[in-house]
Amino acid sequence: MVLAELVEIKERELAARKKALITCCLAAGCMSSDGKLVKEALDRAVKDAGLESEVEVRGVGCLRLCCEGPLVMIDPPGALYQKVTLADAESLVGTLKGGTTSVQRGDPASAFFAKQMSIVLANSGIVDPERIESYIARDGYFALRNVLRELSPAEVVSEITRSGLRGRGGAGYPTGLKWATVAKTESPKKFIICNADEGDPGAFMDRSVLESDPHRVIEGMIIAAYAVGADQGYIYVRAEYPLAIARLQVAIRQAKQHGILGSGIFESPFHFNIDIRIGAGAFVCGEETALMASVEGRRGQPRPRPPFPAESGLFGKPTLINNVETFANVPPIILNGAEWFAGIGTEKSKGTKVFALAGKVKNTGLIEVPMGIPLREIVEHMGGGAPSGARIKAVQTGGPSGGCIPADHLDTPVDYESLTKLGSIMGSGGMIVMDEKDNMVDVARFFMEFCMDESCGKCIPCRAGTVQMHNLLEKIIARKATARDLQKLEELCDLVKHTSLCGLGMTAPNPVLSTLRFFRQEYLDLLAVETQRKTSPPAAPPAPANPA
Amino acid sequence: MSITAAPPKAASVAKPPEHPSGDKRFKILEVFIKRQQQRQDSLIEVLHKAQELFGYLDDDLLLFVAHGLRLPPSRVYGVATFYHYFKLKPQGAHTCVVCMGTACYVKGASRVVQALEQAAGVKAGETTPDGTLSLLTARCIGACGLAPAVVYDDAVAARQTPESALERVKGWLDHGPR
Repeated sequence: MVLAELVEIKERELAARKKALITCCLAAGCMSSDGKLVKEALDRAVKDAGLESEVEVRGVGCLRLCCEGPLVMIDPPGALYQKVTLADAESLVGTLKGGTTSVQRGDPASAFFAKQMSIVLANSGIVDPERIESYIARDGYFALRNVLRELSPAEVVSEITRSGLRGRGGAGYPTGLKWATVAKTESPKKFIICNADEGDPGAFMDRSVLESDPHRVIEGMIIAAYAVGADQGYIYVRAEYPLAIARLQVAIRQAKQHGILGSGIFESPFHFNIDIRIGAGAFVCGEETALMASVEGRRGQPRPRPPFPAESGLFGKPTLINNVETFANVPPIILNGAEWFAGIGTEKSKGTKVFALAGKVKNTGLIEVPMGIPLREIVEHMGGGAPSGARIKAVQTGGPSGGCIPADHLDTPVDYESLTKLGSIMGSGGMIVMDEKDNMVDVARFFMEFCMDESCGKCIPCRAGTVQMHNLLEKIIARKATARDLQKLEELCDLVKHTSLCGLGMTAPNPVLSTLRFFRQEYLDLLAVETQRKTSPPAAPPAPANPA
Repeated sequence: MSITAAPPKAASVAKPPEHPSGDKRFKILEVFIKRQQQRQDSLIEVLHKAQELFGYLDDDLLLFVAHGLRLPPSRVYGVATFYHYFKLKPQGAHTCVVCMGTACYVKGASRVVQALEQAAGVKAGETTPDGTLSLLTARCIGACGLAPAVVYDDAVAARQTPESALERVKGWLDHGPR
């Protein structure tokens, strides 16, 4: 592959454009509501109407408003159709000839879409994830070509450093710094790992990115490999994401065929390969040292750091581990420049963040917003507030490592520091809205049960501590706990947080701590009063505290 | 633990052992192991393949894998039991996986599980005694926009209620395993 070929593919692809384009969402959400069948029906309808030469039906990645799927977009006129069924195909194609349809229309100008800012998801819903040409037509692999032919590895690292990009997996470690450390370490063999083990319940951003635009992630990985001097990469994907795995396999095969993976990429001396490693359902494998153990075919148990993976990682070699979304940010940074990226977001959190908005909110789906946007805009304007007029009580971010942000803090800007200050974390991007019917103690118990089950059992604070904390929470919910138990719970939180080996244990108490901080009354309401218990045992189940 | 898979010692050094049962699936697995160049770090891939072929991993199969990759059986067993995805017991003819991710949970997934547990007469994570249905829960299947979601035999169904879930499995439970 040389630049001329890349340009030729792009031009050929653009020239082959037809007058009208019908895009069907074929990401996992819409697929599970018959999206694939809808696309086939549209294909047939176009054929029956004799419009094949004028209309293209394209299966694309996520169109974002998952709750209204299957989604179909017809352009022109840029109309979005929701909850499309097989029977609707004919009338939808008919609209291209001036007909009408009764299919429910979505509003692409509504806040849900209008407030989004797409960098990572720029191609999502536009390119066909199973065709490399479609990606190249959107300037795909041009960043890689520029990097390999015009920049030195050190220049790439400095570009990423200046952009201010931080890890999108949760902790927010500066990406440039990580790359520089791996690049600095002397070793004949280095590895790149893409962490696609999206284990947080309530998070599906990485899945959507992989399903919608797999080539973007691959391009980001190759650029990273060049920058740090690695020649082998692994993508560690959850087994629960079969569609993402299938599309990655297709994408890697296509990249190899086009000489974008393998040896002598873009006629440079640089060579790089990517293999997929499929996880087997262990949440702890999202932790980097556990993930590496799993790639090596062992039990996914973390080990103490240092040594950090940048010095001694996979098979004892220096290893760069980044999240899917982090890698997906790399090509646009190279193409548009570090200054462009640094101009978006807040002082310390640059760029955009993809969130999976779900829970008690009208519009659920995938959103990408600039860092620093107030939480209220996401939840109330984009999400449309809680359905059926209920009041929003809290927003949970960061999954089992995060916390619940109460409704009166909704004006908090969404960036790494502000969320941490509230006892939550940015996390990988799951955002679950809870309304007044949700009991916060029960939510804390839910997450503690999760951590208890997922604890790998290697270190005692996490293995035994999560069980004890879970028991105490059960006791509180059963209204059998005393003030002493609550105190014990708080002590345990502190202990587990400070003495666990890895991130799983260190953050496991967060949901309890944050709900204790903002919803303490709900815990107190559930405590058994000694005298009360003797006379009249409370019969009612835990009632929502803090009623509107 | 069955010892049927234990091959003559010499054979295990030269090449992965043939399985005495003559089951073709062992041959397929053996080829797969060879394609991984018998690399010990491919253990998880090999176990995925084994489970895909056999449906679950019994002791005999784990021993076969251990010999094929020249790993101690303890290591293979340790890995197979560590990961939730690997099943050590036969699964039902149908599976029903209720997502218990946060979004599904706040939208009432636990009520769906309760209803299914009652209808099937087993706890989540178990298989009905006649082998018809395995009732499982998942950490999060990433279909949060469709919460609560349930996966019936690999097909994801959106916005489930106890009623819709019962409707869906009723036919399976009435007809028994096939």
